[in-house]
Amino acid sequence: MSAEVLPYTVKPHPVSGLYSGKMGIWLFLASEVMLFGALFSTYIFLRVGDPAWPSHEETHLSIPIGTINTLILITSSITMVMAWASCKMNNIAKAKMWLTVTAGLALAFLVLKFSLEYYPKIQHGNVPSKSTFYAIYFTMTGLHALHIIGGVAVIAYFIGPGAKLWKTDPEYYTNRIECTGLYWHFVDLVWIFLFPVFYLL
Amino acid sequence: MSGDHHPELSFWRKYIFSIDHKVIGVQYAVTALVFLMVGFSLIMIMRYQMAYPGQSIPVLGNLLGSDESAYIAADGSMLPEGYNAFGAMHGTIMIFLGVVPLAVGGFGNYVMPLQIGAPDMSFPRLNMASYWVFFVGGVIMLASFFVTGGSANSGWTSYPPLSDIANEGGHYFWNGQTMWLLGMVFLITSSLLGSINFIVTIIHLRAPGLTFFRLPFFVWAQFITAFLLLLAFPPLEAAGVLQLMDRLFDTSFFMPSGLIVGGQILDQYSGGGNPLLWQHLFWFLAHPEVYVLILPAMGIVGDVIANNIRKPLWGYNTLVYSSIFLGFMSFVVWAHHMFITGMGTTLSAFFAATTMIISVPSVIILTCFLISLWGGAIRYTVPMLFALSFLPMFAIGGLTGLPLGLPASDIFLHDTYYVIGHFHYVVAPGTVMALFAGIYYWFPKVTGRSMSKTLGLLHFWPSFICMNAVFMPMFFVGLAGVSRRLWSQEEYELGALTMGWVRMSSWGAWGLGVAQIPFIINFFISIRGKKVDQNPWQATTLEWAAPSPPPHGNFEVTPVVHRGPYEYSVPGHKNDFSPQHISEA
Amino acid sequence: MNFGMLADSRFWLPDDFSEHGGRIDTLINSVHWFMAALFVGWGIFFVYCMVKFRQRPGHTANYTPVKAKVSKYLEVGIVVFEAFLLLYFSIPAWADYRNIPEPKEGADERFEVRVVAQQYAWNIHYPGPDREFGPCRPELVDETTNPVGLDLADPAAADDFVSINNFYMPVNREVFVRLSSKDVIHSFSMAKLRVKQDVIPGMETPIWFKAIKEGETDITCAQLCGLGHYRMKGRAFIVSQQAFDDWFAKASVVEEFDEDDFDD
Ligand code: HEM
Ligand SMILES: [Cu+2]
Ligand SMILES: [Cu+2]
Repeated sequence: MSAEVLPYTVKPHPVSGLYSGKMGIWLFLASEVMLFGALFSTYIFLRVGDPAWPSHEETHLSIPIGTINTLILITSSITMVMAWASCKMNNIAKAKMWLTVTAGLALAFLVLKFSLEYYPKIQHGNVPSKSTFYAIYFTMTGLHALHIIGGVAVIAYFIGPGAKLWKTDPEYYTNRIECTGLYWHFVDLVWIFLFPVFYLL
Repeated sequence: MSGDHHPELSFWRKYIFSIDHKVIGVQYAVTALVFLMVGFSLIMIMRYQMAYPGQSIPVLGNLLGSDESAYIAADGSMLPEGYNAFGAMHGTIMIFLGVVPLAVGGFGNYVMPLQIGAPDMSFPRLNMASYWVFFVGGVIMLASFFVTGGSANSGWTSYPPLSDIANEGGHYFWNGQTMWLLGMVFLITSSLLGSINFIVTIIHLRAPGLTFFRLPFFVWAQFITAFLLLLAFPPLEAAGVLQLMDRLFDTSFFMPSGLIVGGQILDQYSGGGNPLLWQHLFWFLAHPEVYVLILPAMGIVGDVIANNIRKPLWGYNTLVYSSIFLGFMSFVVWAHHMFITGMGTTLSAFFAATTMIISVPSVIILTCFLISLWGGAIRYTVPMLFALSFLPMFAIGGLTGLPLGLPASDIFLHDTYYVIGHFHYVVAPGTVMALFAGIYYWFPKVTGRSMSKTLGLLHFWPSFICMNAVFMPMFFVGLAGVSRRLWSQEEYELGALTMGWVRMSSWGAWGLGVAQIPFIINFFISIRGKKVDQNPWQATTLEWAAPSPPPHGNFEVTPVVHRGPYEYSVPGHKNDFSPQHISEA
Repeated sequence: MNFGMLADSRFWLPDDFSEHGGRIDTLINSVHWFMAALFVGWGIFFVYCMVKFRQRPGHTANYTPVKAKVSKYLEVGIVVFEAFLLLYFSIPAWADYRNIPEPKEGADERFEVRVVAQQYAWNIHYPGPDREFGPCRPELVDETTNPVGLDLADPAAADDFVSINNFYMPVNREVFVRLSSKDVIHSFSMAKLRVKQDVIPGMETPIWFKAIKEGETDITCAQLCGLGHYRMKGRAFIVSQQAFDDWFAKASVVEEFDEDDFDD
């Protein structure tokens, strides 16, 4: 089928220096930048326009939990790189191990986020409709959490059924792990913006 | 055919869930044509209400409003509910489900890979996914007509707070406006997938020798369009998510404090939001979207004109640079749609200046096409007639953008029928005519058969006349000061004085409907019509180097490109066309 | 097909009663002359080419027929003219339209009024003889008795009155309108006064103008605001100072609440 005969699915293109998937993921991330860019602009627009914007004592966002989650995500970025490096070094077992660690860290992030942040807030009635602060907080972090969930699904796929590709075309598989990694770093980066914006400023 | 070297695919894999760009292109095009017809039918019904307010619609009236729950019409005449619903859905369907899918999904998918000598798109499965996501979005939009309370009715621009509180009577989730937002999220996602695919394909899969400045103008147009889709759509996606939050979770992104609707304070909302936020996010998409509608049309017109003047386009490089510039500038003009919201002098001067600047590349592109005619040997084929008609129509559309872009004259013209006239001259007599040119031009490529010229002429002339009959009067109605989106303008002093124009416009629209009959007949009989050879128009670009219709994988041997896209009547060559892939003259 | 009134249909700008409108009209007219000139120029060239260069026996296309710079001149000309329109006409006219002049004293004193838009009516809130608007609060709104939510306990509110959909104003006097909306976005438009301003809920938007002729014009809502958008119609009456004073004196005594205006 055409998927096999298409050039540059695995090898980089001489001029762009990228294989198609990698260029695709970069373009996708460009659109993601616009998506989150629009939301960050929304945040600024709302905050500047609202004299009653809550100070961070009033918002009850826990800086310790936020910090732990930030560290978790940064670590998961590193383990993601390790997975890719293991693929490069032809060690699929290790790669799968690192992927599993990455997914585990992502799940830890989600568990912390939902059980120690969202849940108590909703319990206290600090729901999105309470104020525009909570509205934008839940929307942005929620959308980010959806991105994490998507990432976990993709990683799980490459640990499980997707790993079959390794047997037929290890380079192709390695590329896919690299693309997943790029996406994963982007998701971390978004959090690195979200954290100071909501917790610290 | 493909069966020779590939295992035979099942019917489902071959025609329904195909990953062949050509099948996907045809799927897009056919779906889009159906949606264009749906959107057009809505407006033909509305035009009756506009021309003869409150009178019962002949034939259709009783079908639209016979039972209790009907919101479209009662006693055979159109209700304001129905009018607003059809109005909103007309705009949405025409733009997001008609023109863009046909121009980009249809023509882009089918023709672009052929023109660059590629076997397929870079990501065939992604391509299939983008079609099916689009399809689901379309189904959601159509389904919204049938839920309680009817479809979205706050305009295709969906300005909150109105849209935040619209369709309240219906189901919590399955109501018109919420489904509109959901549908938009699908359509946007589909466009994103598509645009990534287009960009990578154009950069990576060009045939050997096909440098960027040897690309047909159509490919350039698709390339720039893809970037616009990629970067302008996400902010609307964000806005859509925010509006969904407002509707589903009572957040107040677009709701200021202290609103009172029908005597009731809206106290489920915290307030603190801003309705203008939506407008900024919306127009940040929607102005580039305008160029998404027009650039592919210009691409088609460029190819068809070059082929039929039998000489190269004048100023190919200028065309390319102007289009790129247009693409960039389209991101910094959005607030010219918002002058009347209370904008201060500095900001409005800025956006007016960028708007004036963006009109320059449009003028340059038009001028290049016009000067190209000089010295040609013009062949009046059906696609050429459609392509030529694009030029003056687009000129009118573009020129009438000027008084709208100058804030002072926009005070009077904003939100009048003048605006409707302006952008329809660009998208209807402009883009839609160009899309017809594309259909007539590439039909032989897709089917291996040609369309009837007689029926083509019978389609072209009435359409051309009716298009003008529909839209020209709108300028006069607008200049007389009549607001748009009125269920009935007769009760207004200035509205009553322009009813003649309104009726002319309505009759034009119905005439336009009738004028499409020869096209539909032509389309269906030509599928079984006269066989033509591989290159019936004696064209130079690569799509004609493949068999018609092209097999799976497109080219028997990957073509090698030796020259620019429009080498017609080259002195010293033996034919008046020198295909890109043939080395000897 | 009977177009009825096509023969006597209007096709250009309606009468203008305002002081600033002349400049808007001049701009609209000059842009259209400019557009017409360009279009006719292009058109002549276009038709000439279509006839002269049609394919026919003995005529072949010329590979490089034009080296001319005409298009450059055309483009530069357009840029210059557009810049002129923008800088000379539009920006100053807009600045005068938007920038609120300093309030003047005495006989020239501007006449202030609040307009509160709602689905589907215009509430014209006059301050009464004391020239001071009473405070308004959303909680106090009652659609039949108190559409703008006036706080009647406040002394400034005592002589205020609200006229629904009928907007009386004196001629030759600056009229200063504070626009606001109770529900969704509306747009306050009076074609013959060349005034149009979106009314955004959650903010007060000031506009001002001066009518220099007596007359009447429709008040139209120019922004889709719901099912009754088409009937959100008011009427503006520009009358002499004398007639205005008479009306004003009478109106500030009788509260003008006409329930019929509120059907929705
Ligand atoms: C050639 C240069 C163009 C200029 C200077 C221009 C300028 C404008 C301006 C200033 C408006 C806002 C008018 C108002 O709301 O008062 C407008 C509206 C609009 N234009 Fe254009 N435009 C141009 C080309 C196009 C093209 C190519 C298209 C579409 C293919 C287009 C489609 C639209 C649409 C859809 C609207 C209506 C938006 C609404 O619903 O309010 N325009 N244009
Ligand atoms: Cu625009
Ligand atoms: Cu209104």
